[in-house]
Amino acid sequence: MKQIKKILPEIIAILIAIIVLAPFFLVVVNSAKASADIVISPISLPSDWGQMFTNMKNVINNQNFSYWDSFFSSVIITIVSLALLIVFSSMAAWVLVRNKTKWSGFIFMLFVSAMVIPFQVVMLPLLSTFREVSSFIGIDMLSSYKGIIFAYLGFGGSMSVFILHGFVKGIPYELEEAAWIDGASPEGTFFRIIFPLLKPVQVTVLILNGIWIWNDYLLPSLMLGLNGRIKTLPVAVSSFVGSYVKQWDLILTAAFLAMIPIVILFLFAQKQIMQGMVDGAIK
Amino acid sequence: MNVSVKRMLSVIVFAVGIISVIIAFYLNFSGSDSSIRGNLLIAGALLALFGIYFYPTKHHRKIINVLFLFPLVFTFAVTVIIPFIFGIFYSLTDWNGIKFENFVGLSNYIKMFQSSDYVYSFAITFIFTVINMISVNVVAFALALLCTSKIKGKNLYRAAFFLPNLIGGIVLGYVWQFIFNKVFTVIISESQSMLTNPNLAIVAILIVSTWQYAGYIMMIYVTGLQGVPKDIMEASSVDGANGWVTLTKIKMPMIANTFTVCIFLTLVNSFKQFDLNLALTNGAPTRVLGGKAIAATEFLALNIYNTAIAKNEYAMGQTKAVVFFIILAIVSLTQVTISKKREVEL
Repeated sequence: MKQIKKILPEIIAILIAIIVLAPFFLVVVNSAKASADIVISPISLPSDWGQMFTNMKNVINNQNFSYWDSFFSSVIITIVSLALLIVFSSMAAWVLVRNKTKWSGFIFMLFVSAMVIPFQVVMLPLLSTFREVSSFIGIDMLSSYKGIIFAYLGFGGSMSVFILHGFVKGIPYELEEAAWIDGASPEGTFFRIIFPLLKPVQVTVLILNGIWIWNDYLLPSLMLGLNGRIKTLPVAVSSFVGSYVKQWDLILTAAFLAMIPIVILFLFAQKQIMQGMVDGAIK
Repeated sequence: MNVSVKRMLSVIVFAVGIISVIIAFYLNFSGSDSSIRGNLLIAGALLALFGIYFYPTKHHRKIINVLFLFPLVFTFAVTVIIPFIFGIFYSLTDWNGIKFENFVGLSNYIKMFQSSDYVYSFAITFIFTVINMISVNVVAFALALLCTSKIKGKNLYRAAFFLPNLIGGIVLGYVWQFIFNKVFTVIISESQSMLTNPNLAIVAILIVSTWQYAGYIMMIYVTGLQGVPKDIMEASSVDGANGWVTLTKIKMPMIANTFTVCIFLTLVNSFKQFDLNLALTNGAPTRVLGGKAIAATEFLALNIYNTAIAKNEYAMGQTKAVVFFIILAIVSLTQVTISKKREVEL
């Protein structure tokens, strides 16, 4: 009896893990099958794993998917947005904490209340605003890297500032005063002393925004278009599925290819990713 | 460098910047379509900022404050604040995505609540949100208890349960469409796919979104449960409390705050469900209601998207989006009120 009580949770845990991971298993085995085999036996192991390479070759070179192009577009958009977001939101949070005026209070309030605004309520006017701005300044803001990175800065900014703001408040002001007295400029003080101290919370901001930007579908699909020059991975998958309806061998291979990068990242930075996402939710 | 030289140089840089901005605008108004005007504008603006930055003055700190705030406040204003204000205004007009001709007052709002497909979407979104909130939290809390018990390989299980949350809803939606249409119909032979039945299709979305989201909420509960002090737990076991009593009388009240966070987080995210909805069903199948065919699984976010993008009714889509925002704002305000109250009580 005692034995059973001890083993039971272990068995339950294993069973749940199998159920949770089953869809990933199905993606892997079925992306190594030909279309006809999937219909007959979708849960069996593939007879020939070599089929996976055939499927991958078909998908990677497909015009609607163009895996490498979409992968690199996603990488560029995510990394550049994150880099700028970290620097700019740290700068803004520092000023908002240290400079106590009516204005900084108002701006901070604006950032905090904007976290409630769902993307849906701004997306349609956003498209028309960006269209007008593009024609006014002569830079394409809709289907370009510049435009979408600009938009991610705007949308990611409020939450990032909010999280960083709480952390900057905890940094003793004496540190800055000491640098001040030694003759450091305010920007020097920020970049040499404050910015490095923000690292732990910057990781949280990085992970929260990174996962969101990498997986985001609505913003890139609206701004870049489903068949535009630049495609992110989720948009590419969607556009591919749209043109290869019910060809499950190819669709699952495309899904598999779209999942690989983030799964690999998760294997390496599992702890940080989980911690970062939880910290972000609690704050 | 001499201060007066520095001052002069920064004034010159600033002036050059301003002049380039003016030229860029002139090119714009004169209708010339030269491709340099955009770059000229950006270069000019940057030069002007550099000029201000290098200008030696006693108010250097103030300048830094403004310059440090500028990038984020500017992008934020252009992408969030301005479209938000325009959005509310457009919902009162006959906007078609490009321009509007008439101010129509609240008639979009009235028309919206009279259309049965919107009311239906409104109703199923609420039902879905509540049921999904319950199912995610129950599953997540159970998993969290499992993952904080004495089993081996806890970290491995946590990672496994968390994994679905990292993959985007679009990709997962297609994968699960395959599972419902091709795998379940083979395992249970001769069965119809759940996605072809209006009621079961909503259950299908519930299953997938619980599967995707529970691992994340579980981790928040795990963090909460680990925060329960060890000595309290020991005291309760010394007093002879069994597992169930410890759970309901000690652990659960101790992490009441975590419950609030998780409940509101799932409420908001279930209400905003879009990616999965689009990829898994895209509103299908249809259901006949009052003699009209209505998309049976079209939640509000997807309804807004389809109204504006697919049907090209921008003003109506925007009106629905404003209502969407108001509901979310009420939910968030409730959460803030509850948390504040609790802080006062503590």
